[in-house]
Amino acid sequence: MKEQEKDFVEETPAAVEGTPLTEAEQAEQDLREKRRKRNAIKARLRNLKGWVYLLPALVLLAAFTLWPIINTLRIAFLNGYNGLAEVGGATFAFGFQNFVNVVNFPDFLVCLRNTLLLTVITVPISTMLALLIAVALNSIKWLKKVYQTIFFLPYVTNAIAIGMVFNAMFGEVLINGTPLSIGIINSILGVFGIEPINWINVGSSTFNNMVVLIIYIVWNALPFKILVLLGGLQNVDKQYYDAAKVDGASRWRVFWRVTVPLLSPMITYVVITGFIGGFKEYTSVVGIFGDSMGAPAAPGSMNTMVGLIYDCIAKNNGGLAAAAALILFLIILVATIINLYVSKKKTHY
Amino acid sequence: MSLNTVNSSTQNAAKGMKEKDVKVVSKRQTVTKVLVQIGLYFFLTIVAIAVIFPFYWMLISSVKTVDEYNLYNPTLWPTEFVWGNFKEAFVGELHLGQLFGNTVLVGVVSTLLSLVVTVLSAYAFARLDFKGKNFLFGAMLATMMIPGELFTVTNYITVVNWLNWKNTFAALIVPFLVSVFYIYLLRQNFMQIPNELYLAAKVDGTSDLKYLWKVMIPLASPTLISITILKMMGAWNSYIWPKLVTSDLAHKLVTVGIREYGFIQDGVTNFPAQMAAVLLVTIPLLIVFILFRKYIMRGVSRSGIKG
Repeated sequence: MKEQEKDFVEETPAAVEGTPLTEAEQAEQDLREKRRKRNAIKARLRNLKGWVYLLPALVLLAAFTLWPIINTLRIAFLNGYNGLAEVGGATFAFGFQNFVNVVNFPDFLVCLRNTLLLTVITVPISTMLALLIAVALNSIKWLKKVYQTIFFLPYVTNAIAIGMVFNAMFGEVLINGTPLSIGIINSILGVFGIEPINWINVGSSTFNNMVVLIIYIVWNALPFKILVLLGGLQNVDKQYYDAAKVDGASRWRVFWRVTVPLLSPMITYVVITGFIGGFKEYTSVVGIFGDSMGAPAAPGSMNTMVGLIYDCIAKNNGGLAAAAALILFLIILVATIINLYVSKKKTHY
Repeated sequence: MSLNTVNSSTQNAAKGMKEKDVKVVSKRQTVTKVLVQIGLYFFLTIVAIAVIFPFYWMLISSVKTVDEYNLYNPTLWPTEFVWGNFKEAFVGELHLGQLFGNTVLVGVVSTLLSLVVTVLSAYAFARLDFKGKNFLFGAMLATMMIPGELFTVTNYITVVNWLNWKNTFAALIVPFLVSVFYIYLLRQNFMQIPNELYLAAKVDGTSDLKYLWKVMIPLASPTLISITILKMMGAWNSYIWPKLVTSDLAHKLVTVGIREYGFIQDGVTNFPAQMAAVLLVTIPLLIVFILFRKYIMRGVSRSGIKG
């Protein structure tokens, strides 16, 4: 671009003077003209080069990111849309029937209740616990790296596989309805005089199922939160703590008045990502309860919003799935806005 | 004179008192400090045990006999070690070998292709000038806020109904080749490489691709390693999409396979066999974690995304 402009400026005097051009001048001007054209082509090529480098990504994004945004919105408002039928040539009327059907789905309220409960319960527990662990980790000298590594372990595991381990730990081994084994958790609780509890087996209560699920989700959510909060703690300026020490503030007071406010941006971050993750809870349920999404003989009792969406997708009910996905998106959006609003009032930067 | 002595003696007394007090206070402080430290280690150890216990239970259950596992009160240490549970995972109906093969194939191919696409895009955004660059980058970042389920609804229709890719590797690989987050991560890394290097390379007549290959990629290798590991782990752990688009053994991925398989033997769940299979799925992840801890933790702390 710059070179082009220079060429242009150099050219003007000759043109303004209007004197007849000598052969040499003519040749020079031709050369300039050529150079200018070449530069213009170069600039266009450079422009093009950027797009060529991006081409593979753009083609894939258009097909699997941009189109889904448009199409999911479209089919959510096509009554009774069915992907298979559309390929066969069927057309669908515009309307709100899908939303009505989703909300009237027998499982809808159960899924919504489970999703909201799991999110609202697990996010505060895991955030608080992660904060305590991060502060504790930050105040010890020996074995810090070892503890840090251990606490990160749940992150690198397969959510389904470890869910199956939790199932084995809490579950009883039944033969014809009578327990062969009460399971390790019940066995440990027995040491404290607690009778065996039916956590997840046939006939277990929704409450007990929920407790197991919450323990598993918190176990799973800790590593990321500890990592982020510990990172934040390590960047805190030590002089705040020195100042608090001089003032003779108690540890508890320092925690609430210095640590928490200074960490508030990180806390906001883990709470928001925690809420988003909580609303999308699904694999932890599959891990513990399997495909039936509930204790044996009570399929679907632990189902979540995302589970509902996948059920609809698998049955080719694209319209219902799209409507449910949009409802979930709205819930997440509202929750995130509320989170941001609250944190804006409380966050100290 | 006497006044002076009194004065100095009181001063001395005060001094002595102070030193004594300070000693007492500092002694008390060290005691509290030690107690607090003990408390912290106690708390951290309890949590660490709770974190490790599922792994421990998986490990010891996988080497127990079925009879020992099914004791009314399970044992915390196996009285007899057996290795047959692992053999069962490979020779039984589970076909763990085939599942591993499928998963590794999908993981390697999708990671390699994804790296090519990501590097080219990040380079374009970091080094090349073209019209609409900033708008495009902003629009791509904006898509990160949309929950994945919204994409899955249509992608299922596209892949299964329109493209007829049910039970193909393409269905498992193609829709997830581009990750906006990885492009963003690598672009930030590329931007840190000084522009002078690029201009110098231009003066020497080096082509963009050669410069990218010889300078940018080596300098950004830590980020590229992070992306590779996270992408591979993502393939290894993926469940939802593979479950939707595959149903035959030839294309099934390992997580779907072990969850579907009942491990039922004589009407009772064979937990030792199940735990052996679960352990075999978990071990590669733990090995990768031990070897590349630094890269994984760095990638994760910036993303907040799992897999």
